[in-house]
Amino acid sequence: MPKTLFQKVWEAHAVRKLSSGHTQLLVDTHLLHEVTSPQAFGMLRDLNLKVAMPHRTFATVDHIIPTNPGACEPFADPLAQAMMDAIRKNCQDNGIVFFDRATGKQGVIHIIAPEQGITQPGMTIACGDSHTSTHGAFGAISFGIGTTQIRDILATQTMAISPLKVRRVEVNGKLGRGVYAKDVILHIIRTLGVNGGTGYAYEFAGEVLDNMSMEERMTVCNMSIEGGARVGYVNPDETTFAYLKDRPYAPKGAAWDEAVARWKACASDPGCAYDDVVKIDAADIAPTVTWGINPAEGISINENIPDPATAATAEEKAEIEEALAYMKFTPGAPIKGTKIDVAFLGSCTNGRLTDFQEVAKHIKGKKVAPGIRALAVPGSQGVAVLCRELGIDQVFKDAGFEWRDAGCSMCLAMNPDKLVGDQVSASSSNRNFKGRQGSPTGRTILMSPLMVAAAAIAGHVADAREVFPAANN
Amino acid sequence: MSLAKITQVTGRAVYVPGNDIDTDRIIPARFMKCVSFDGLGQYLFYDVRHTPDDKPTGHPIDKPEHKGATVMLSGANFGCGSSREHAPQAIHKAGFRAIIAENFAEIFFGNSTTLGIPCVNAKHEDIAKVAAAIEANPQLEVTVDVEHLEVRFGDQKIPITMRESAREGLVAGRWDAIGELLEAKDATAALAAKFPYMTAS
Repeated sequence: MPKTLFQKVWEAHAVRKLSSGHTQLLVDTHLLHEVTSPQAFGMLRDLNLKVAMPHRTFATVDHIIPTNPGACEPFADPLAQAMMDAIRKNCQDNGIVFFDRATGKQGVIHIIAPEQGITQPGMTIACGDSHTSTHGAFGAISFGIGTTQIRDILATQTMAISPLKVRRVEVNGKLGRGVYAKDVILHIIRTLGVNGGTGYAYEFAGEVLDNMSMEERMTVCNMSIEGGARVGYVNPDETTFAYLKDRPYAPKGAAWDEAVARWKACASDPGCAYDDVVKIDAADIAPTVTWGINPAEGISINENIPDPATAATAEEKAEIEEALAYMKFTPGAPIKGTKIDVAFLGSCTNGRLTDFQEVAKHIKGKKVAPGIRALAVPGSQGVAVLCRELGIDQVFKDAGFEWRDAGCSMCLAMNPDKLVGDQVSASSSNRNFKGRQGSPTGRTILMSPLMVAAAAIAGHVADAREVFPAANN
Repeated sequence: MSLAKITQVTGRAVYVPGNDIDTDRIIPARFMKCVSFDGLGQYLFYDVRHTPDDKPTGHPIDKPEHKGATVMLSGANFGCGSSREHAPQAIHKAGFRAIIAENFAEIFFGNSTTLGIPCVNAKHEDIAKVAAAIEANPQLEVTVDVEHLEVRFGDQKIPITMRESAREGLVAGRWDAIGELLEAKDATAALAAKFPYMTAS
């Protein structure tokens, strides 16, 4: 019987059925960072348990890391330093590979695992971070998990979990000028809702996904969780294999050929049954920006901010009112022209090489508008090195961006990079929740990296196609 | 590992209205700088309960009549956003032992039930009934009956639903899977041996 990739990977990794009805699932790759793991190691110590498979566990530090160039330890924030010390010691004590800053491989966990070739098709991957869905870009089944589950995986290399239904989200046609992977996923979330994916894995497919680079597919899968889908994936293909070839942790020699055969076999079979299929026309996707307080509250750049008066239900009206009150936006006004204070380019959604490359192509010779703070934060030390080699960092600096060190930075602002007061941020990150970027009253507008650059240069939310007439794909 | 059977939770309730209450709102990121979950309770809904200059906003949780409530009521898609267990931990440490909402975000739901917090679904209008009853009498005891899938309050009751595997785990005292997971050590090793990359080199 033809099967989906999700079914194949799930069945291959099911150890057994538990008495609760959950499946005990083998986790191939366990990724750790400093925020959600120390408590799990504490639980492990309390139960007197050891790490079952340290060689399948990989760690880095990303959320709390200061990004000001050359920040030294001890960090100014003692709490951040305590978390740094804890992960370093936990990894050392348990024989876990830790991509510390001195290795030159540190960065956002969802950027470095693919970069190192740790993320591979057909794997089950788990990490105490909801954006673990990113690794689905490779045809892996990857779950964001809580800390108690981190404990479970550390102790047993398995977790208790129930299977998901699979919705195929097909994007067909050709993307318009200035429309990027970020716009595709913001459009999908807007279409299906912030809650639409609950209970589902999203299989992203269609001509648009087929033509995307791995980095673009990662952007799409990264935000699956913002649509409520815990898992998002793309079937592995030649693009996937080409990306992985010669990466440090990718198989070599004969093992490479065996791996490629295995990876090809795990893709969804033609004619397999899905629990749901949604088709989206690429022509309907415009550069998209959020206006509200969750990632589904998005509109195309030329639309107006919703007016609660036009809401279909009382509930919808209340939601729009709440979002507008927080964002301090005028109902029915165009989003284009909204003044910004900060532009943030980076995060696990859009802190990859191609994000900076694409923006650098267009900002050469342009300047960030006066009064705007613009941050460019590479997702990993690896990305930073490549940008330096290509001269991209200089292009950003010349344009007036602060070029920072690798980390999560202002996406959730657990480090010193924060909005102040009710500043408005044009952000390439993944969440526009209330207070998300470090100020309880800070306001976030999500958009693609080029749209962030357009906002930085214009000083307000702008159409990248107008600011950069040469913008293309 | 023996665990308590959680068949029902009884206590006073507090209604925290709103849909899509995300994990950043449940516990703002800046309070996650910690290496243990102890002490998170005081930061529950911090930015909603406090003004930017740190004055209380009069959030339902802080109203004297709701002090000591153990049951939380809310709207749809509760706990969306991050996978951070800090959110259910903050709720638990603040003394809450059950949550009634229209539905829950997937990861939040799993994290909560693993901590032994029943997250049960009720219809919008039924939640409104409970909310109205506790508004009228904040001392009213509310019973979330996980075993019989109903919420009882005063002389009223409403039906609730919950994913069967999670319900079964709570009622049977198997809501934390670690004991059972550890039992399958050999089967896990045998399965892992089928994948070339799982062998330590």
